[in-house]
Amino acid sequence: MLEETLPNQILAILFVAKEPLTLSELQDVYPDTSVEELRENLDQLVSEFNSFQQAVEIRQIGGGYRMTTRPNHHEDIRNYLKTKPSAKLSLAALETLAVIAYKQPVTLPEIMDIRGIKGTSTISTLLEKKLIETRGRKKVVGRPIMYGTTKEFTLHFGLNDLSELPTLEELQEVLTQ
Amino acid sequence: MQVQGGSQTQDYTVQLEVFEGPLDLLLHLIRQQEIDIYEIPIAQITDQYLQYLEKMKDLSITIAGDFLVMAATLIHIKSGMLLPAEPGSQLAEEVEQSRNELVERLLEHEKFRQAAQMLYERETVELSVWPPEDSEFEDEEKELISANVFDLVSAFNRMVERYKDQIVLEIQHEAVSLEEKIGEIRRLLSVQGEFLFSLFFQKKISRLHIAVTFFALLELTRLQEIRLVQKDLFEDIRILAC
Repeated sequence: MLEETLPNQILAILFVAKEPLTLSELQDVYPDTSVEELRENLDQLVSEFNSFQQAVEIRQIGGGYRMTTRPNHHEDIRNYLKTKPSAKLSLAALETLAVIAYKQPVTLPEIMDIRGIKGTSTISTLLEKKLIETRGRKKVVGRPIMYGTTKEFTLHFGLNDLSELPTLEELQEVLTQ
Repeated sequence: MQVQGGSQTQDYTVQLEVFEGPLDLLLHLIRQQEIDIYEIPIAQITDQYLQYLEKMKDLSITIAGDFLVMAATLIHIKSGMLLPAEPGSQLAEEVEQSRNELVERLLEHEKFRQAAQMLYERETVELSVWPPEDSEFEDEEKELISANVFDLVSAFNRMVERYKDQIVLEIQHEAVSLEEKIGEIRRLLSVQGEFLFSLFFQKKISRLHIAVTFFALLELTRLQEIRLVQKDLFEDIRILAC
């Protein structure tokens, strides 16, 4: 009986989960069920739920599963919540972030070299927003601080993990087309 | 990537695109003419680049040093190509190398601009779904002010004052190294996530310990492994893992 209802039980947990739900968290709840079985049930739930639900979906994000609304309803929700669209990152910040995401761990001099611009202000903004974090110091002259992206970064950009980013070669191909 | 910057005088208005850096400007000039990056006509692009800097000067836009460095690089390559040089000579090779380096940097820069564009699109989508990222944590953070080195020094003085009688002054053989102290703080943080500064003074400690603790906290702050925050001025300092 349990097997038949497990997807529903997981759905209930997903509904209340504040952070993306991970398999290991599910394992804590169902210690007698194997990880493989949990994953199968979860996959089954995700594909079934997403195929019939048009407004809400279950997504793999930040290394876990999360239930969110679909983007096409954003205006209705904003009208209901009476909120304005959140401030987006500046293009300078996005460019710095792109360099960090692809080259991490990377130092400020390396970032400035690629961007061809001197400037440190975007780094502090990104640190404040917790999109990047320090990763110790590089053992070169001046011992510059190295930076890398955080879990917040994956959440902010709707990624499950960094491997979901298109490679630089793929981006290059888009450019040449 | 281009922000519209305007400059107004009494009888005319000029719109000039403002570029973030020399690579941005150069890419724009190249793309505008639909030239292959590998085949940049250096002489032509150099002239256009310099014209653009002139325009910026006319409009009293401060030209960042980076733009001038790029101008120098372009002129260097251009002049090298103008000089009659035998193929394979040192000069020819040098020019070829500078040119290749420039092309490489442009290509690299363009890829990251593309990556930034991709992130922009992803962000736009993510900002249109709910629930948004949990911001509870940040709200709690806002109530804290970050403690600086002076707060740390004064906190030390207050603690020393408060626990004066308990401080063991005679010389002991228990030496503690900075590494050990740093290790101890790291362990504490990995177990508890954060702890109060006054914790260090809850047991009898020697002057050496106080000094080493102080240095350990400074060093860990410098390495950006910990953050020191307090609820209000002169409050107990909280030590958080970064």
